[in-house]
Amino acid sequence: MSKSGRTVVWIAAAVLIGASGPLLPEFYVTLLNYIGLYALVALGLVVLTGVSGITSFGQAAFVGIGAYTTTVVTVTFGLSPWLGLVAGLVVSFVVALVLGAITLRLSGHYLPLGTICWSVSLYYVFGNMAELGGQLGVNGIPPITILGWPLDTGRSMYYLIWLCTLGAMLLTDNVLRSRVGRAMRALKYNGEMAESFGVNGSRMKLLVFVYAAVLAALSGWLYAHLLRFVNPAPFGINMSIEYLFMAVVGGAGYVWGAVLGSAVITILKELLQDILPSILGRNGNFEIIAFGALIILLLQANRDKGFGLLFELFDRKETGSAGANRLPKPMRVKPADPLLAARTVTRTFGGLVAVNKVTFDVRPASIVAVIGPNGAGKSTLFSLLTRLLDLNGGEVHFGGHRIDRLAPHELVRRGISRSYQHVRLVPDRTVLENVMLGGYCRTSRGPFAAAIGLGFEQELQLQGEAEAQLKRLGLLAHKDELAGNLSLGQQRLVEIARALASAPSLLLLDEPAAGLRHHEKEELARLLGELRSEGMTILLVEHDMRFVMTLADNIVVLNFGKMLAEGVPREVRANPVVLEAYLGKSVR
Amino acid sequence: MNSEIALILTQDGLVNGAIYALLALALILVFTVTRVIFVPQGEFVTYGALTFAALRQGYVPSVVLLLIIVGLLAAALEVRTAFQGPSFRKRILPAILYAGYPLLLAFLLYYVTGAPKGAAMQVIATLAIVAPLGPILWRIVFQPMASAPVLVLLIAAVALHLVLTGVGLLAFGPEGARTQPLFDAGFSLGVISISAQSIATIGASLVLIAVLFWAFNFTLRGKALRATAVNSVGARLVGVRPEMAATICFSLAGLVGAISGILISAITTIYYDTGLLIALKGFIGAIIGALVSYPLGAVGALMVGLIESFSSFWASAFKEALLFGLIVPILLWLSIARPMTDERE
Repeated sequence: MSKSGRTVVWIAAAVLIGASGPLLPEFYVTLLNYIGLYALVALGLVVLTGVSGITSFGQAAFVGIGAYTTTVVTVTFGLSPWLGLVAGLVVSFVVALVLGAITLRLSGHYLPLGTICWSVSLYYVFGNMAELGGQLGVNGIPPITILGWPLDTGRSMYYLIWLCTLGAMLLTDNVLRSRVGRAMRALKYNGEMAESFGVNGSRMKLLVFVYAAVLAALSGWLYAHLLRFVNPAPFGINMSIEYLFMAVVGGAGYVWGAVLGSAVITILKELLQDILPSILGRNGNFEIIAFGALIILLLQANRDKGFGLLFELFDRKETGSAGANRLPKPMRVKPADPLLAARTVTRTFGGLVAVNKVTFDVRPASIVAVIGPNGAGKSTLFSLLTRLLDLNGGEVHFGGHRIDRLAPHELVRRGISRSYQHVRLVPDRTVLENVMLGGYCRTSRGPFAAAIGLGFEQELQLQGEAEAQLKRLGLLAHKDELAGNLSLGQQRLVEIARALASAPSLLLLDEPAAGLRHHEKEELARLLGELRSEGMTILLVEHDMRFVMTLADNIVVLNFGKMLAEGVPREVRANPVVLEAYLGKSVR
Repeated sequence: MNSEIALILTQDGLVNGAIYALLALALILVFTVTRVIFVPQGEFVTYGALTFAALRQGYVPSVVLLLIIVGLLAAALEVRTAFQGPSFRKRILPAILYAGYPLLLAFLLYYVTGAPKGAAMQVIATLAIVAPLGPILWRIVFQPMASAPVLVLLIAAVALHLVLTGVGLLAFGPEGARTQPLFDAGFSLGVISISAQSIATIGASLVLIAVLFWAFNFTLRGKALRATAVNSVGARLVGVRPEMAATICFSLAGLVGAISGILISAITTIYYDTGLLIALKGFIGAIIGALVSYPLGAVGALMVGLIESFSSFWASAFKEALLFGLIVPILLWLSIARPMTDERE
């Protein structure tokens, strides 16, 4: 959908909500109020689960924090509900920050388990603290007042609830369409890859977790002042599960999925509660059984994409051209000589020495190839240079600075970028979006600027940059296709375009010619030569000997983790030790 | 608190902890082999307890119907694959088993033997009803999406937990049940009395843990399971069928759950929806073992039992709050002790 198309949809939604307010019967106002409140929470989960691939079974507890905080502020201390809102947001922010900081460093499944446990804990705190009314709850919460006008009916709250929900959706949608959204999706697809293009994974996850918690707390604040009463029941684990189901049903990563999901689940629940007992002729919580079974079927049918495919139909887009917009060239220090220096780099796995005291230099504006039989340690060496693995010994210097202690996401900002042996593109995003991720490190537009639409010029510059790189690799015509739909050879080239979009001074290519056809290889060799003449330095791993021998200025030969030889192609080709490693010992 | 009370609390804590340890082991087993975080493990405990309670009262609970329904579903799935795949005969056998076993069991219980008399037969009948739900539910819920990410499997597990809770209410009703201890005897040790039931509970846990340990380390099937846990692709290449591994795991999980249910039903009143809390306590133990280490998981679960019994003495209203709040310092400790090593699942 085009940008103007999106604007029309948002305005139409706002007008529809505003105009329907006075017309709807009371029952529908109540129903829509709940859908709006739930959608707010589900929206947080859409970002958390659908986009970023982490999940929480504790969102209801954050709703509870928002609701109970404003209850204490307004009932116990008799202060304004607006202070209650601020306090609720602050408390949920702090709690989420602490929990997220300790949980998100662990691998993926600890967060959902942790959130289940601590939300059960919080539920019992709500239910057992006499100050919070225990299981009976607290009555007499005052209504929210705006300019002295109390919002004391469901109908008046209807406007505020949907203002909050639509507003949050719009802001979130803006963020998801920015570089931050691309970074989140890359993180879900492959954390290592996202890090290597400058995404600080743990910080990004923390941001998303805190954001989802704050949205839930906002929903809790609205809920408390809508019902004017709180008790612990709606903040238990079952409600958390329902929120997650809403996000799953709504689909993978679309803000409208939050509304769709909460509407489907809320209405379905109403219907099932009415219909099932009358069909089956007895009472019981049949809706829970039907619900669970439906969710399982949905997951079996298409994993966590839910009805997100519906939105994809509307989201097929043709982006315009960004024209001559470009990102400014990064300011980097003058390249040192050697640009990259590996000094006795060593890595062991248990007893196996995968890379053994490897020492070599890469001079600026040259192409160096690392070759060796399978299992020689080439890929491990690459992982060591790009900080995906820790060194057991030795040092790596880049541009005169030691880099073997840096975090992976810091390397790309210094000018090191890479492609992967096994293609790591986000398959369900467009080629253009994938390449734009490469320029992530050269841009700075944060989530807040993106949310309110500031700094859009930079987005355009980034798009222009990505288009220029795609053009260079002859893939501009494919920019709006999904990356996963391209042929393997084309995907490799997209990876190179993505790496180039980060404007590296050192480009690391892991088997770039594998899967390319003959003329594509020649084309690639021509491009790499061209990059070299522009001053770029390239280090590559490659099996195609003709490709390597004609292109490389210098060759490093590895075998069983050890350096066998180093030199210009002619020397290496004549080196008896190298011949023996490749062809076996002479029988003579 | 005097030492007498402390000893009583310790005894309570150890007995509960032994059951949580069993559950923690089952959870770790299922997770390492199949990547399913098996939240419904708790429902196996409640089903075991409530089925046993019903049998003790002399009637066959209608949960047998559930077994028949899911058995037929699993058989239908097998038949479908049988018609699609090349090895028709290989597939049709499990189909017959999935459909036949529940029907045969129901026939026996309703028309031949009636509700079994005698504690031993009641225990066996409980296990025969509840444990097979494990592999059957795996077949219909998880196998069709066995390659899905851990998170998707977890969401499915939670959905299954909801289904089983709902069915539990239908099958057993809203009333809780508590059984008479199987072993009435007891003896005094100094100032405190030790019931034979608690000895039996701890003993049964120890025996089960020992058997599992032996099976994993010294039998071919056990080694196959461990191989699958370490590297499922590699295990498949050397001939371990992942379906076989998963079936064994879920059978063990069902069995362990049902046994835990029988043991716990004499200690505390079990309702149809108690399962989640019990499973979560096992989970805390399993998380202490970082979901991979059996000994650490068992020790963690014992700790959970002890903390539970002591906190119920000091602050009974906040017992659960304290216990589940415990997860925060544990995660903190884990995040320091085991910094991010494995990003992808």
